[in-house]
Amino acid sequence: MSRTLTFNIFRYNPQDPDSQPHMEAFTLEETEAMSLFIALNRIRSEQDPSLQFDFCCRAGICGACAMVINGRPGLACRTKTRDLPNEITLLPLPVFKLVADLSVDTGTWFRQMYQKVESWIHTDKEFDPHAKEERMDNHLAEEIYELDRCIECGCCVAACGTAIMRPDFLGAVALNRIARFMIDPRDERTTDEYFDVVGTDEGIFGCMGLLGCEDVCPKQIPLQEQLGKLRRKMALAAINNKLPKFLKSPS
Amino acid sequence: MQIFQTDLLCIGAGLAGERVAIEAAGSGFSVVCLSLVPARRSHSSAAQGGMQAALGNSAMGEGDSPDVHFNDTVKGSDWGCDQEVARIFVENAPIAMRQMAFWGVPWNRVVPGEQTYYKGGKPFTAVEKTENEGLIHSRSFGGTAKWRTCYTSDGTGHSVLFALDNRAAQLGVDIHDKTEVVALIHDGETCMGAIARCLKTGELRAYLARATLIASGGFGRIYRASTNAVINDGGAHIAALDTGIVPIGNPEAIQFHPTGIVPTDILVTEGCRGDGGILLDVNQYRFMPDYEPEKAELASRDVVSRRMTEHMRKGLGVKSAYGDHLWLDIRHLGAHHINTNLREVKDICETFLGVDPITQLVPVRPTQHYCMAGVRTNKDGAVYGLKGLFSAGEAACWDMHGFNRLGGNSLSETVVAGMVVGAKVVEFLQGADSVIKMSAVRDAFAKQQQRVTNLIDGVNGRENAFAVREEMHDALVKGAGIFRNGKDLAESVETLKGTLARARRVGLASNGIGANPELALALKIEGMVKLALCVTQAALMRTESRGAHTREDFPDRNDRDWLNRTLAYWNKDGDELPTLKYETATPSFELPPGERGYGGGKIIPMDTPPKTGKNKA
Repeated sequence: MSRTLTFNIFRYNPQDPDSQPHMEAFTLEETEAMSLFIALNRIRSEQDPSLQFDFCCRAGICGACAMVINGRPGLACRTKTRDLPNEITLLPLPVFKLVADLSVDTGTWFRQMYQKVESWIHTDKEFDPHAKEERMDNHLAEEIYELDRCIECGCCVAACGTAIMRPDFLGAVALNRIARFMIDPRDERTTDEYFDVVGTDEGIFGCMGLLGCEDVCPKQIPLQEQLGKLRRKMALAAINNKLPKFLKSPS
Repeated sequence: MQIFQTDLLCIGAGLAGERVAIEAAGSGFSVVCLSLVPARRSHSSAAQGGMQAALGNSAMGEGDSPDVHFNDTVKGSDWGCDQEVARIFVENAPIAMRQMAFWGVPWNRVVPGEQTYYKGGKPFTAVEKTENEGLIHSRSFGGTAKWRTCYTSDGTGHSVLFALDNRAAQLGVDIHDKTEVVALIHDGETCMGAIARCLKTGELRAYLARATLIASGGFGRIYRASTNAVINDGGAHIAALDTGIVPIGNPEAIQFHPTGIVPTDILVTEGCRGDGGILLDVNQYRFMPDYEPEKAELASRDVVSRRMTEHMRKGLGVKSAYGDHLWLDIRHLGAHHINTNLREVKDICETFLGVDPITQLVPVRPTQHYCMAGVRTNKDGAVYGLKGLFSAGEAACWDMHGFNRLGGNSLSETVVAGMVVGAKVVEFLQGADSVIKMSAVRDAFAKQQQRVTNLIDGVNGRENAFAVREEMHDALVKGAGIFRNGKDLAESVETLKGTLARARRVGLASNGIGANPELALALKIEGMVKLALCVTQAALMRTESRGAHTREDFPDRNDRDWLNRTLAYWNKDGDELPTLKYETATPSFELPPGERGYGGGKIIPMDTPPKTGKNKA
């Protein structure tokens, strides 16, 4: 059963003046249940200790190890070599700034995203340590969690036609984040306030509907549905804003 | 030398680090968090099960209170914990859970009416009260008298970390991710920050801070088979130990979780058993009730892990290419329950094992999971030995877990300790002015710069850091696993002394330019071996069995001689072994030492039984 696998890996270390971007081939004998986590760590410890890549939980939970695997963004730790051909090409995620080789800087991108969409609960209330918690319907809690499951791996951004063309596009991850807060009654933002954040070409109206995001999401978050709902809601808000005052629905 | 200055420097941006950061930022102080990975990838995010807090909203949690939670925690610790700290923890846990709800955590809530739950594989019904509708629900976890574990499906750590990081973003907490601490800056009395290496460019930086917090999680990755993320390799513990004056508390107290999957060692949550999952052997026979008639699969983790190992040693494990294992069976919980409340578990089983837990058995065995061991602090979270240095979460030995922690108590500890220690850090920052001695900063920086140069140039040799790590892994498996004995431990200590000598001769094979990963390992391999020596030497000296520390040659819990806490110091850089000291386990006894009610084993009582008295925080 044993195959010899060839890994064609993008190499470039911007910190090294002698380094030029190029592809480098490594070969490994495939072992049972081999994942890209196992393979890349073996290449590092046995063949080239300078090879840079990112792993953290290695269980598909933290989102650290997204890369382009034979042309498709995905989590390396969840990818089994048995599902891949003998030749495996690995590239760093596009859109995010390259650190070196397969390692990219997702942290900076996501932190500016939190600030753009104000990724937190907006409320005028103060926490009262002596009071019981506010009640919530369990079904609603489950709906919020469904959208909160995003692990910010960056696959949806890397697979997005708009994000690749325009650097200011929020991307599915940010639009899903907004959708998460919109259904959360603890966030007191109005539709108009959400419109200010996402009712633009950088936001929901920049989406071309290619839906690569949904195809590559390793957590199967229903991005298509969320983007659709958000677009409808924001379009209605845009129309509502053009209506004379007496016809407007309250936001 | 690139210098950053801040009021509070948090080493680690997981739950404990961010909770303290939020407390300080909320009081108007500047905060920088250093993290190996973007904050939301911290290992806290992998915690599936939940957080224990005595809210008592659910039908099976009725009658719960901090007192009941306290008793469970002390028993769970096998009386190794600091009871004052355990009391502070249980009293504050309900407040912390409600605060998390306020900041956006979608906790699962009480659904009123008749509900079907499982215990020991059998369904039963309980009626959830209408008046509790919509309050935070709880599930069952091992070693607890009540159902007390608050949860968000099986992504609790993830959802709480996202809520906290959202809050941190709102308050302007500055996160420097891809940054690794390599040393603390101190003058022997006061901590003044840390020297860190940027994992984007490879450059060294100095972070100057009035208060520094170690909240970097555990160091489970000194073991080869660990459920921990690959980043949990003890970098900040090493920096603390290297000061020579900060001790690691109870280094021998290492937890093995009953259900790591085979192979890959990824954890499936205790919630599986809490929700009614059972353990089966090679004959698909449910063996746990034979060992533990009362608690069965839901005895504390140390007990279940020992019983599983015992059962496999009888030849009743399932043979596989990856060694013996047992089965976890959750099939009877049904597709709906598994698809909603154990969804990550299903995903992990499908992706990493090719097993569908709705219809198939899951191969599991006990796997290194948690360090009760940690940087020793007092009840305020202030680290022994250095002013201005604090610690919280798994990184710390605060010490509410003693020799075994209960499932759901560590995730809870992160936010509770974060809240409590955070308030103490704020008090500290509001108090005395601090002086940063630039000579101490320059010395610390120059020393680390020199280490980097030496490793790249191979000044001390060209030992391969990866090979040294392998040798350390082997020695730990041999001596410091679930069952320990004097002979194997002594051998491990001897081996590790040699490993330490090799670690000191490490040099790079690659050029070390930029965020070179070989250099990252080379910088900490010596410290990792030192931690391994702390674990094995402390385990060799402790001639009793308590909680997760099980000596086959000393099977009794010895309260007469060993009701204490190990403090491991690395006095001088060139030392071969840690220096061990001991202190009393707890300043007062609210609950005097007694039987746990599970796990069996004899107890050698104290010569003079302690005075007891409730000492509410």
